[in-house]
Amino acid sequence: MTTEPAKTHTEPVKDWTTDYDIFDPGYIRDPFPTWDDLREKCPVAHTERWGGSWMPTTYEDLRKIAADIEIFSSRNPLVANVGEPTEEVMADLENQFSVGAPPISSDPPVHTWSRALLLPKFSIKEVARYEEETRELCRSLIDRFIDKGRADAAVDYAQQIPSRVIASMLGIPQERAGEFTEWVRGFLEYGLTNVDLRSGAAMQIFSFLNEQVQERKANPGDDLISYLLQAKAEGAPDPIPEPHVLGTCFLLLVAGIDTTWSSIGSAMWHLAQNPDDCKRLIDEPELITPAVEELLRAYSPVTMAREVTRDAQYNGCQMKENDKILMNFPAANRDPKKFENPDQVILDREVNPHIAFGVGIHRCAGSNLARMEMRVAIEEWLKRIPEFRLEDPEAVTWAGGQVRGPRKCAVVF
Amino acid sequence: MRIKVDTEKCEGHNRCFVVAAELFELDDSGYAHEVGDGKVPAGLEEKARLAVTNCPEQAISIDEDK
Ligand code: HEM
Ligand code: SF4
Repeated sequence: MTTEPAKTHTEPVKDWTTDYDIFDPGYIRDPFPTWDDLREKCPVAHTERWGGSWMPTTYEDLRKIAADIEIFSSRNPLVANVGEPTEEVMADLENQFSVGAPPISSDPPVHTWSRALLLPKFSIKEVARYEEETRELCRSLIDRFIDKGRADAAVDYAQQIPSRVIASMLGIPQERAGEFTEWVRGFLEYGLTNVDLRSGAAMQIFSFLNEQVQERKANPGDDLISYLLQAKAEGAPDPIPEPHVLGTCFLLLVAGIDTTWSSIGSAMWHLAQNPDDCKRLIDEPELITPAVEELLRAYSPVTMAREVTRDAQYNGCQMKENDKILMNFPAANRDPKKFENPDQVILDREVNPHIAFGVGIHRCAGSNLARMEMRVAIEEWLKRIPEFRLEDPEAVTWAGGQVRGPRKCAVVF
Repeated sequence: MRIKVDTEKCEGHNRCFVVAAELFELDDSGYAHEVGDGKVPAGLEEKARLAVTNCPEQAISIDEDK
């Protein structure tokens, strides 16, 4: 089946309430004024671009929509709808691997057990097992550039961390981290608006992971893939079907890399411009815990999507079956009705129930891992590089859409 | 003062445990439960209130008079 090419026009936006464009370069760089405007004028905005979608921007709407899993399904969490892969590619993916990425792309009951399988491996305690090696990794990255007085905090640092940590958890050779980071970008970044790129990237990731799964079946080890192959949970089939294991591993790679890299990158971008915050974190090391939450709130990287399961009225909007909703968690976290001075980064903000990791049953399963990586990355950087600044603020580039964060962020020290 | 986690609402963000480890315990999957019968020892009232206001699921309730 070939679908109509989606409306992907890129003319400038005149009215953000009825025609927003999440890929507008100005919006990606600085979306905050637009969200403020939308919250005031039209808290659930609409667009026909990129396959069409609705976009709520208030904290309350995000919570309500996330809670209503009957009407707002997670069957397709990608934010753009630029057509399906060709029949051939689809058949290939399905025959070889059976596509899907549970639990993120599923609703209960499958969601319930596929999430239950994962959670014990991502608890605070389990994640702490990887802290020391994450620290060593950060130090070795810094060793590579400290003498140069200059580094790209996004490329040389932030990007290098989550791919290696998740590789280590999955028992994948870390040398291949660069390769699969590019595949993940192909899927979530470049491929978001280009279905051929996206399915090509998916194919590469699935093939690679499939080799790893076969390997682990023959030689089980102390890694997540081996764990999933023999894991049990209430309501889950026993054993877990292999395509499910593959889909979950796919999700862990895709959900764990761009996201955490973006949040570490945004944190570095913020600190490079706020020497007082660096100084506070050095003088009061215990501030790091609330500071990580505050940086997550202010620079939330992730927007997910829902699909409407039947025609429904929501907050004055007539939604139709299969309409897409963009879960703009980042905008909710800047809602002045919920957060005092939302545009200010206050490292020791006391009341901060942010939803950067989502809210409700799909709450990010990797949140404790992501927090640990952010904390360690910031701590290790500040130990060695207490003072640094952006080389050229104009030269910083951002990616956006599903995941927002800096992609080039040169700093000098 | 007494606190209680509504286990139906808790989604395991673990924010309560991080701000007030004395008052909450987590199971292996990260879901929270109040320690013991939820009675807040003297001196920990402020921490208990912070746990309530930082929970994104609004899963923790507090009874000031018990
Ligand atoms: C700062 C970094 C991260 C952010 C901001 C983030 C954000 C999110 C968000 C907003 C969701 C909710 C999706 C929804 O409601 O549809 C989610 C789900 C998920 N994330 Fe993360 N994530 C991050 C890092 C990670 C890491 C490191 C992993 C694991 C390696 C991970 C694994 C997952 C999984 C498995 C889900 C699906 C949970 C479910 O559907 O039940 N994430 N993430
Ligand atoms: S902060 Fe709320 S949702 Fe999170 S573990 Fe505690 S009670 Fe549960």
